Order: sequence, then structure tokens, then C-alpha cells
Amino acid sequence: MDIAAGLLHGFAVALQPVNLWWCFVGVLLGTVVGILPGLGPPATIAMLLPLTALMNPAGAIIMLAGIYYGAKYGGSTTSILLNVPGESASVVTCIDGYQLARKGRAGAALGIAAIASFIAGTIGVLALMLVAPPLARLALAFSSPEYFALMALGLAMVVLLAGRSLVKALLAMLVGLWLAGIGTDAFTSTSRFTFGRMELLSGIDFVVVAIGVFAIGEVLANMEAREEPQALPVPKGLRNLLPTMQDMRDCRFAFANGSIIGFLIGVLPGAGSTIASFISYGVEKAFSRRREQFGTGVIEGVAAPEGANNSETGGALVPLLTLGIPGSGTTAILLAALILWGFKPGPLFISENPSMFWGLVASMYIGNVMLLVLNLPLVPLFAQVLRAPAYVLYPIIIGLSVVGVYSVSGSLFDLGLLAGFGLLGYVMRKLDYPSAPLILGLVLGGAMERALRQSLMMSEGSLSILVARPISAVMLACAALILLLPFFARLNAWRLRAMEEENK
Amino acid sequence: MRLRSPDCWSGLALAALGGYIVFAARGWDYLTPDGPGPGFFPHWYGLAILALSLVLVFASDKDPHADWRGAGRALGTWAAFALSLALIKLIGFAISFALLSFFIVAVMYRRAPWIAAVTAGAVVGAFYLIFSLALGVALP
Repeated sequence: MDIAAGLLHGFAVALQPVNLWWCFVGVLLGTVVGILPGLGPPATIAMLLPLTALMNPAGAIIMLAGIYYGAKYGGSTTSILLNVPGESASVVTCIDGYQLARKGRAGAALGIAAIASFIAGTIGVLALMLVAPPLARLALAFSSPEYFALMALGLAMVVLLAGRSLVKALLAMLVGLWLAGIGTDAFTSTSRFTFGRMELLSGIDFVVVAIGVFAIGEVLANMEAREEPQALPVPKGLRNLLPTMQDMRDCRFAFANGSIIGFLIGVLPGAGSTIASFISYGVEKAFSRRREQFGTGVIEGVAAPEGANNSETGGALVPLLTLGIPGSGTTAILLAALILWGFKPGPLFISENPSMFWGLVASMYIGNVMLLVLNLPLVPLFAQVLRAPAYVLYPIIIGLSVVGVYSVSGSLFDLGLLAGFGLLGYVMRKLDYPSAPLILGLVLGGAMERALRQSLMMSEGSLSILVARPISAVMLACAALILLLPFFARLNAWRLRAMEEENK
Repeated sequence: MRLRSPDCWSGLALAALGGYIVFAARGWDYLTPDGPGPGFFPHWYGLAILALSLVLVFASDKDPHADWRGAGRALGTWAAFALSLALIKLIGFAISFALLSFFIVAVMYRRAPWIAAVTAGAVVGAFYLIFSLALGVALP
């Protein structure tokens, strides 16, 4: 199916009333989740994942993706009004967005954030549509050694960029691999690490770990502070939310910069939207004629990072849908969702499931329009979400987590595991262990072990097969190089600076 | 190495986990006539956990202390959550979840008992209406 025919087919799927409804629910939920500090897209998608078992898969992926990119629109609202990022990718928007709000230009900042998100988000989807099909065709040549090398490369990238300490990120990833190994070995039916528990023979459900680490861990971390921050007021009326023509002229380069950098960074596993938004902000500042004013409330200081973090979504879906390799915690959960519904993301995904792929692409065009329409006039309404008291919100999140886990397995044992992984998620945050490598290790662990063992079966036990084939050799060399980067002082200083910025 | 450093203790815990994985993996076939056995992969990541956690333990004197202010509130909430899960089997989801919600509102956020009771009742009621009645999802 060529791109034009695929896109037409996709619109036929996405414009079905039921799919339009799920797209609307997804972007609306995403906006609310993005606005609420302390509840991110991975936690929300993980909590809602069990409930999607009742839906048709096309509608379900459209809704979950809507939450993913919708949250990026919502995140800017909290950054601009509260100086607290609604989600990690909106950290950099606080810098100039909050200063604009303090100068009485909250409306223009919110407006330009929505417009930049729309433009870059749409360009990101366009690039996804153009890049994914040829990449999937290229990946058809991959066999077990290439897949093992690709997963090793993806994990190396995530480890490099996920935390300040490379050792801690590696340990988190290895613990994820161990969790993936719990259960019955698919090759020999040997039970591993089950501690004599029947419940562990089929392994630990990914949903339990994801909800525990992301949702419960996040609630516990947010419970530490009793005080709730106060938001600045949002101007009423659409006219006050629209940026001026001068603002739009000032942001021309920021729109292009955010779109291109966001997509390119999104394709790289592990880099993520936070890094995309920081790089885009840095490039904007470097090329600006008024770079000394950045940080004091410059409109393009909002447009560039907001554009980048929305364009990144399209980029992040490329390796997920064409290679079956997620690059972040959220895309790992989306991968688990696709597997849960019986799909196998990889080179054949697009050709075998055109309705899913093209329906998703078309829904993202529609979702971006919905988000623009929702976010421009309704921002004052969404800002009211910030008034929801934390003491109401947190019991609801905990309840949703419990119901979500129980609906997957119907097992009280899994609820015990949920409590355990919730504590683990909290402790990891306190001790500065990144959670994304753990989740990726868990998601990729089974496939990685399978690919390695199949490769060694093909070569009758010789590890040389991994380096004898050119594609896998190059990818493994890149993975090794990436893990050696921190030993080069200047490059490690750059990596640590990126981490510091992300943690501010 | 500094014994008061959280990294030292987390490193020791992970070293124990790595040791356990390597020990358990030795009980399974490393190689079989068909190729690598069930012990092959765990053996290597177990060793990697062990080695890296020891690096963490011995490098822990360079790391700053974790900020534990507020941890009491978080851990108190977790204990209440774990207790409410344990009570589900005895008193059911509705009552245990209502008690947990009451605890969070009244104790953690120091709101008046009547506000806590109304919030807990409303949240549990909403869960029953949405999940049990509207969506047909079984509650624990």
C-alpha cells in the first residue's frame, strides 16, 4: 500500500464515529493528565491499559496515543501558570513561560504553546508517515542476531540518557531483565525465580510493574509535600489567548527548529522529549538575535521546546512500530499494549495491520486539530483542573491502579506485587535510580534472551555470529561505544549537564 | 565506601540479588545440545548486577545523601496502602479502599473528619458506579 492510499485508508478508519470518540477521549484525558502535576502519561496509560481489553484494538491504540501526545499539550499549561512542569518534557517551558505569565502575558504564552504544539505535532506525524514504511522494509532483512544487537543498542541509549549515574541506570536495566526472566522458560519449560509460587509460573505481568513503579511510586513521591502550589490567573476570552502577529513572526524559526529537532531526537531510543525540548531551546537561544533576553519571558522560548516535545511523539513511534523497539517508558507501555491485544510490532506490522498503522497516523492528524481547538478557547476551563485538591486526586489514582491490576489477572497476589513495585518505584526515585531502563529491560528482556539464544543456536554456540554479520556488528559496536562515552570526560560533562537540566 | 550512604546500602542489596541470581542460574543448564540453556542468560546478567553493584558500593563515598524529608509521609501512605490491600480479603474492596481514602484525607492532609468521610464515600461510590455498574469490571 503506498502512502497516499494508506493515508486514505487510515482516515476511513479514524473517521469512524467510535474511533473519533476514542481519539477525543484520549486527547481530553491526555490534556488533563498533562496539566496535573504528579500524574504522567506512562502512569495514566498503564492504569487504563487493562480497561482497553474491552475495546477494539484500533480504537484502543488511538485513545492511548491520544493520551500520549495530548499530555504534551497539557503539560505547558502547568509550566506557564504554576512554574511547575505538568510532565517532565515541559520543564524547559517553565523558564520563559512563567516569566511571560508574570508579565501578564499568560494568554499569549498558552496560545503560542498550543500553536507550536499543533504545527510541530503535525509535522512529526507527517515525518512518521514518510519514514516508517521504508524503514520497516529495510528491517525485513533482520534476523535474530540483528534483533539482539538492535535491542542492545536501544537499551544502551536508554541507559546513557536515563540517569545521572550510568551504573545505576545499568543496574535498573539489569533488574528489568531479571524481572522479565521470572516464570517458565519458553525453550525448556524450566521454572526460574518463582520462589515456589504457582502465581509466578507465568511470569510477572508488565502492567503490575508499570502501574506500581509509575503510578503508585509517583503518588508516594508527591505525598511528601503537604502544600499545593498556587496557579497564576488565566486571561478570559479567546482574543486574550491569541498571540499577536509579531509573536508569530518571532516564532517562525522556533516552529521549524522544534519540529525537526523533536522528530530526530524522538527516533533515537532513550533520548525522549525532555532532551528534545532542551536541545531545541538551546538551538533557539544560540541563533536568536535577542539571546540575552532568554529566561526573562521570550515568546520563542516557549514555542521551540513545546514544538520539539510534540514532534518527538511522531519520532518515538518510528522505532516502536517498525522495529518493535520502544525508546522510553511510555512507548514501552504502548508496546506492551500492542502485544496484549495480539499484535507483533516489527517490520511486518505495517503491512500486516494497515488499519492499525494508518488509522493511528490519521487519528494523530485529527487529534492534533482537536487539541488545538480544545486548548485555545478552553484553556481557562482546563486550568480549573489545577484547583482539584491533591487529597481527592491521590485516592482516585490509587483506586484506579488497584482496579487496573485486578482487572488483568483477578489475583490478590498481583495486588501484593503492586504494593511491592510501588515501594520500589518510590525508593528508586529517592535514590536516583531511573525507572525507564527498568521498564525497558522488563519489556525487552524476554525478546532479547530469545534472540540471543536463537542466534547461538544458529551458530552452534559461537558468539562470533553477533559480530560476523555487518548490521549486528555495527549496532553492537555503537552500543559498546555508547556505554564507553561517559569515560570520555568532555562527553560525560555534556551528558551530566543534560541530566542536571532535566532534573531542575 | 561510606556506610551511611544510601548508595552503599542499595549497592549491597543489589549485590545480594546478583549473587542470588548467579547462584540460582548454576542450578539450571548453562548449555544444552540444542544451544544455550535456561541458566545462560541469567548467569551473565547476574554477574553484571554483582559487578556493577560492587562498583556502586565502593564508589559510594562520592555520592551525596538522598533527601529524606517527607519520606515519613510517603512511607506512612504506603503502609496504609499495603494494609488496605491485605484487608481486601477480609472486609472487601469498598470498605478497605474507603478506610485508605479516609486515612489519606484526614491524617496525611489533616482535613476535618467529616470532609474525609464524605471524600472517601464519594470516591468509593464513584468507583462502584463507573466500574462495577457502567463498565462491568469486577472489583477486588
